[in-house]
Amino acid sequence: MIYDFLVIGGGVIGTAVLYELSHYDVSCALLEKENDVGTACSSRNSGIVHAGYDCKPGTFKARFNVRGSRIFPELCAELGVLYKKTGSMVIGGADSLADIQALHERGKINGVYTEILSRNQIAEREPNVSRDAEYALYAPDAGVVTPYKLVIAYADNAVINGADIFLNAEADRISRDSGVYTVTAADGRVFFAKSLINAAGYAACKINQAANAEEIRQDYALGEYFLLDKRESKNINTVLFPLPDSRGKGILVAPTAEGNVLYGPTSTPVTVPDDYAVTAEGLKNIRDSVGRIYEKANFASVIKTFAGVRTVAGLDFIIEKSKKAENYITIAGICSPGLTAAPAIAEYVGELASEITALGSRKKYVNYKEEEASGIAAVRRQDSVEKINERIRQNPRYGHIVCRCETVSEGEIIKAIHSPLTATTVDAVKRRVRAGMGRCQGGFCTPKVIEILARELNIEESEILKNRKGSKIVIDLS
Amino acid sequence: MYTDIAVIGGGPAGMAAALSAVKLNKSVVIFERDERLGGVLNQCIHNGFGIHYFGEELTGPEYAKRFADTVMASSITVKSETTVLSITDDKIITAVNASDGVFRIQAKAVILAMGCRERTAGSIMLAGTRPSGIYTAGTAQKLINTKGLAVGKRAVILGSGDIGLIMARRLTLEGAAVLAVLELMPYSSGLKRNIVQCLDDFGIPLLCNRTITKVVGKDRLEGVYYAETDKNLKPIKETERFLECDTLLLSVGLIPELDLIADNDIRINPATNSAYVDEGRMTSVDGIFAAGNVLHVHNLVDNVSEEGHIAGASAALYADMTDAQRAQRADRINIRAGDGIKYVIPNYINTPSKSGVDLYFKVKDVYKDCEVCVLSDGETIYKKNRRILTPGETEKIRLDGKGLNKDTEVFVRERK
Amino acid sequence: MAKITCIVCPTGCVMNVEDIDGRISVDGNKCPNGAEYAVVEMTAPKRVITSLVKIGHGVVPVKTNGGIDKNKIFDALAVLKGLVLTAPIITGDVIVKNVLGSGVDFVATGSFPE
Repeated sequence: MIYDFLVIGGGVIGTAVLYELSHYDVSCALLEKENDVGTACSSRNSGIVHAGYDCKPGTFKARFNVRGSRIFPELCAELGVLYKKTGSMVIGGADSLADIQALHERGKINGVYTEILSRNQIAEREPNVSRDAEYALYAPDAGVVTPYKLVIAYADNAVINGADIFLNAEADRISRDSGVYTVTAADGRVFFAKSLINAAGYAACKINQAANAEEIRQDYALGEYFLLDKRESKNINTVLFPLPDSRGKGILVAPTAEGNVLYGPTSTPVTVPDDYAVTAEGLKNIRDSVGRIYEKANFASVIKTFAGVRTVAGLDFIIEKSKKAENYITIAGICSPGLTAAPAIAEYVGELASEITALGSRKKYVNYKEEEASGIAAVRRQDSVEKINERIRQNPRYGHIVCRCETVSEGEIIKAIHSPLTATTVDAVKRRVRAGMGRCQGGFCTPKVIEILARELNIEESEILKNRKGSKIVIDLS
Repeated sequence: MYTDIAVIGGGPAGMAAALSAVKLNKSVVIFERDERLGGVLNQCIHNGFGIHYFGEELTGPEYAKRFADTVMASSITVKSETTVLSITDDKIITAVNASDGVFRIQAKAVILAMGCRERTAGSIMLAGTRPSGIYTAGTAQKLINTKGLAVGKRAVILGSGDIGLIMARRLTLEGAAVLAVLELMPYSSGLKRNIVQCLDDFGIPLLCNRTITKVVGKDRLEGVYYAETDKNLKPIKETERFLECDTLLLSVGLIPELDLIADNDIRINPATNSAYVDEGRMTSVDGIFAAGNVLHVHNLVDNVSEEGHIAGASAALYADMTDAQRAQRADRINIRAGDGIKYVIPNYINTPSKSGVDLYFKVKDVYKDCEVCVLSDGETIYKKNRRILTPGETEKIRLDGKGLNKDTEVFVRERK
Repeated sequence: MAKITCIVCPTGCVMNVEDIDGRISVDGNKCPNGAEYAVVEMTAPKRVITSLVKIGHGVVPVKTNGGIDKNKIFDALAVLKGLVLTAPIITGDVIVKNVLGSGVDFVATGSFPE
């Protein structure tokens, strides 16, 4: 089969583009080198939907951030992805007024509403902001989303609307003959397409090189995080930033969409883009920084530390139709505010794609929504008990709780495994239904999840992976 | 639905509590998450349980079975594979399982017996990557002992608590090489017997004052860096070394599994991360009791059973009381943890029993040639010499109840 | 001469134990219980062994119903290797009789099906 479009890279950008293209009568597919989508930068970031006041006016970043931020609420509702409009504050001390005002002015140019808050106004909205705070730039339209859930929703929706996703397919060699690209994967599989879209994230340089497209240069920065227990969420409602500096937006404190709290990220230049090792220095840096904007920093409630690597290509995103390679689009350097910008980038890439091939009119789209988070957790809301019991009557596995910390039932896990894009690993299940995401970090449920995965996929327990190839959890001694 | 006593958790504490309550003719429901009763005992296939309680050495499953058989033969209702979702201060329990769906039970008294969970790699903020091959000791124990799976071939264990020691032997017997057990503190918090029979017997080194500085491995664990620690327990960079291994087991502490009642009004003792209780193991919320590892971490299951019995019997008495009787409270005696004492259970005494009062405590440090004293309103009412006290072991002393006054303090000091 | 750590109490006395012509001398113990323990450890140290045996898709826990010579732990475990039991097994069932001629048996400590 020769696809009209082949997207390389299954992060938030690649899947957003695939989702956009799958709305039209064109054939499209996506290659992802890992065994699930969204495992690199897209699941290792702050999950902030930025308002867009701070991007340099006139850049792609400003344009797509502002547009993305506007379409996020509706998009998430459509996809069934949890999104919370929290608002954000940039916190400054006594000498920060000029900087805060500058950000406020920039927001005006970008068309983003912000307010400058005084000390009392800050305390009214967010009592746990540092007592040293004198001024804050408040952006009511900022929000939070679970980034990997958005990627998964994009992927599942694209798949049931006819797009193909090939996992474990690392694009290795690219050639073009008689108007058709041949992409050979590292494992030897071959894919054909009339047009290519490079959304390979940190590997975008390599892909452009393989396709003889423009040479691009990307730099990498490691960002480390602390993830906190849900009980910390009572202390914070708004995303809190320090004043931005040359390295970026700084170490923030944010409630997450699913009710945890995040401290981070650091921003350390690195050369290896897929080494997610957390450093003791980085963690110390966060420990030393958080208290400057937030009074309730509580490192005793940390349930996990993790790291991501963002990819930077100069000052702006690169999103362009190649002048060297035909029918080829490059998307690179998608650092912050890449997640916010993703839906808008996808729209724009759709426009670029239509310059290559007429996309026609948007077709009727079937929406695949994850059911409202199984709801066992929602039992505390009295009204839903009957609904939940009806479901348990139909399928008793929804009454069998596997993950105690996050109250996830066996029924939800089975459904996640058999979602349009099959979940095959313990972490893939975790990203979809949060089994193992809680305070015991899978200590209790991992053996059970392994058992369910093996049963549903009809393989041995010793074959089950934590995440990447080679990450076996148990070994078969016999 | 209605019951006199609801027991949350069907491990050793919960089973003992339920049996004591049913003996006093109370209706009892046990809520158990697993398919069977026994809790963590079912995965503790090693022996050494029951020496005090049964007067013989049993394995975990055997110890569990003795209680489970008695429970199953009694009128106790066991709701297995059932997860409790909430407990209100009015003692309405909401739970869910596959056959009943979401259901509610009103109880007169509730006994919390949920045990504890393990501290994770995340909570100790381990530096490095996040490959597979890193397990809490209990998770590895479950995979190996209940499913017959193996976790790895070359292992390092961080933390020398009893589970870590037991798992060092278990892995060795299963054919894995255990390279070392690393302990942050200058001493192991495990039982001496376990150090000898789980490590020394197999030549496994126990390296104290050491910690892991970084884990390495992209997909599966490839090794760990470890270093000696200074007085502040911070790693000394120059002493850092690498150990190649595919498995890391963490035995770095247990946390009472009290999240279920996080929104309730129960007063929490920071020294145990669990409830303050009276001599009947009642928490600060009337009619809610706690026993076993959910209250404080025990070294011996025998003591857990004993505590379960105490809570079960007192919950049964509570269920029989009228509101007026419940409201009528004697002036409480406060029991405080004084110098050298990490915590004391119980924290208050309502009515000292004639047969005496047992106090359980843990010390903060190793004390050699010391004396344990109890001071009540300035008067020494108990004093006993001890050759050694270690932070890992729960100590028990019995007061005869005489001279107990409102302000009572337990402390330990070196003998002059 | 051997160094033996006492496990009788948490003190953990490290004792020097010596066999002089069949007479065991113990040094370094702070109490008589330690000496008694040291003599047994020196002359005939034994351990109860616990392990698992395969059955169907699962495992059954087992133990020796008495001590096995400490230096024969792995030999005793080897006896269990490759063994596959047939259900049902009930706690207390003898799995292997007279392990290595010791007079001690491997017995089930759990049941299958449960």
